Amino acid sequence: MAASKTVGDALRSNGVSRRGFMKFCAATASMMALPPSMVSAVAAAIEKARRPSVIWLPFQECTGCTESLTRSHAPTVESLIFDSISLDYHHTLQAAAGQRAEDAMEAAMEENYGSYLLLVDGSVPTGDYEAYSCTNGHTHLSMLQKAAAGAAAIVSVGTCAAYGGIPKANPNPTQAAAIQDLVKDKPIINVPGCPPIPTVITGVLAHYLTFGTIPELDAYGRPMAFFGQNIHDRCYRRPFYERGLFAETFDDEGAKKGYCLYKLGCKGPITYNACATLKWNEGTSWPVQSGHGCLGCSEPDFWDKGSFYRPLSAAYWGDAKTVGISAAAGAAAALAASALARGKQKKAQQEEKA
Amino acid sequence: MNEGLYWEGMSLLDFARGPAFRWAVIIFVIGIVWRLGALLLSSRKDLSSPKGSTTGGGVKTLLTRSAPPHELEKNIVFQHYTGYAWHIGMFVILLFGTPHMLFFADILGFTWPTLPTPFITFFTVVTMGILLTLLVRRMMNPVLRKISTMDDYFSWLVAFLPFLTGFLAFAHITFGIRYETMLALHILSVCLLLVWFPFGKLMHALVIWPSRYKVGAAFARKGVQA
Repeated sequence: MAASKTVGDALRSNGVSRRGFMKFCAATASMMALPPSMVSAVAAAIEKARRPSVIWLPFQECTGCTESLTRSHAPTVESLIFDSISLDYHHTLQAAAGQRAEDAMEAAMEENYGSYLLLVDGSVPTGDYEAYSCTNGHTHLSMLQKAAAGAAAIVSVGTCAAYGGIPKANPNPTQAAAIQDLVKDKPIINVPGCPPIPTVITGVLAHYLTFGTIPELDAYGRPMAFFGQNIHDRCYRRPFYERGLFAETFDDEGAKKGYCLYKLGCKGPITYNACATLKWNEGTSWPVQSGHGCLGCSEPDFWDKGSFYRPLSAAYWGDAKTVGISAAAGAAAALAASALARGKQKKAQQEEKA
Repeated sequence: MNEGLYWEGMSLLDFARGPAFRWAVIIFVIGIVWRLGALLLSSRKDLSSPKGSTTGGGVKTLLTRSAPPHELEKNIVFQHYTGYAWHIGMFVILLFGTPHMLFFADILGFTWPTLPTPFITFFTVVTMGILLTLLVRRMMNPVLRKISTMDDYFSWLVAFLPFLTGFLAFAHITFGIRYETMLALHILSVCLLLVWFPFGKLMHALVIWPSRYKVGAAFARKGVQA
C-alpha cells in the first residue's frame, strides 16, 4: 500500500463498516480515558491520518510480541488498523527476505527520515557481547542507533525492549540493555508485557495516529491509559482477598471456586497492566481468570524477583546458615562482654581488698 | 531465585524485601543472642541458704505483676490495660493478617487461618489510636515525662511506624507516592524495628517474663514479699 493513502481509505478497502470503525474508535477513546465527546474527534483524526511509515526491528527476542499481535482467530478491526499503517519493515511479517528486505528498510528510512515510527521488540546486547545478536551481519546495537537517528518516536514493544526482560535477567550473560538505556534523544513509549496485550499495542498506535504525540507516560515510560491501573485493584477476584478467601493450591476447593490467588504467588498487587480490564484473545480471558496468578510481566526485572509461586509478602529474609552464623557471632559477643564484666568485677574486688 | 542479590535498577521494594530484610535479620539475631547470652552469663551462684521456694515465688510474682498492684491501681490502671489492648491488637494483626501469616509460613513451613481484611483494618486503627494516646499521656503526665528517655520515644516511633505504613499501604493512602514505595516503606519500617529491637526497650518483649520470674525467685529466696 502506498504510504500516502489515509487510514480511512485503507479501512474501507478492507471492508470495515462505518459502524465497526466507530465502535473501534469508541473503545479506543475509552481505553485512553478520553470523554465520550472525543470519540468523533478520534474517528476523524484516525480516518484522515496519513498512514505513517513504521519500521519494526526485532532484536534479542522470542517473537512472542509479534505472535501476540498477529495470532488472533479472526481478523479484527484492530488488526486492520494495524494493516493500515505502512509497515515498511518487519522481517517476520514481510514477504521480502534477505537483501530485498534490507533494501526496503533502507528506502523507507531514507524516504521518511525524521518522521517514521520505530517499533522495537527485544533487548540489545552491548559491550563485549554486542555481536551475540546480529541481522544480516549488522549488530543490533548498530541497527538501533541507525534506525533511531531518523525516527520521530520509538515504541518499545514488550518487556525485553522496554526493560531488558528475560535476556537481561541475572547474570545478564549478553549485557543486554533496554532501548531506553541506549537511546536518549528520542521520545520512547514503553509497551511492556511478556507479551503485551495486542489491543494495547494498537491503542498506542491509535493514540499516535489521532494526536500525533506520545501519550502520557508513567514513571516507567508506560502509557498511563493502559498501565495506570493496578491488576490487584481491578481484579475480579479482589472481593475474595478482602474476605480472606484464598486458593491454597491450584486444584483445591478454593481454586475451583475462583478464590484469590495471592497465597499462590500472584504479583497483581505490584503490577500495572490492562489485563484485568481489556483481557486477552478478544476479551475472552486473562491469566488470573484462567486460574494462574499474575507474573508481573509488565514490570521491570520481573524475572529476577524470585519464584512466581512465592507469596508477595514472603521476604527474602535469609537462610538457616546465615541465621546460624549470626547467632554464633552474637554468642561470641556475649562471651566477650561477660569476660570483660567479670574481669572488671575481679579488679574491683582486688582493689577493695587492697 | 536470587535471594539477597542486588541487581541493576533494583526498586526500593526489591531492596526492602531482599538485602534490607536480610541484613535486618542478621543484626536482629546477633543482637538478641548477644543480649540474652550476656544476661545469662552474668548470673551468679547464690551461696546463701534459701528461706522459701524460689520457683513458687518466681511464678507467683510473674502472675501478680501481670496485673496492676492494688496500691497503685488508681494511677496506672489506664496505662496497664491499654498496654494489654494494643499488644493484643499487634498480635492479631501480626499473626492473622494474611500477608503477615504468609511471611511467617514461608519461614515455618506451615499455614494457619487468617482474618478478613476489615478486621485487620479495625485492629490497626484501634492499635494506632491507643499508641498515640499513650504517647500523648507520656508527654503530658509530669512523672512519666520525667522518667522518659530518648529510648522510650524512639522505641515508640519504631513500634508505631509499621502500623502506620502498613495501614497507608493497605488503604492506598499514599500521598502521591507509588503504592509499591509505600509497601517498601512498610517493610523498611519493620527492618528498622528488627535492627533497634535488641538494643532498646523493645527488648522487653523477650525479657519481661523471665525478669519478673527472676525478681520473684530472688525475693522468695530471701523470704521477703515481692
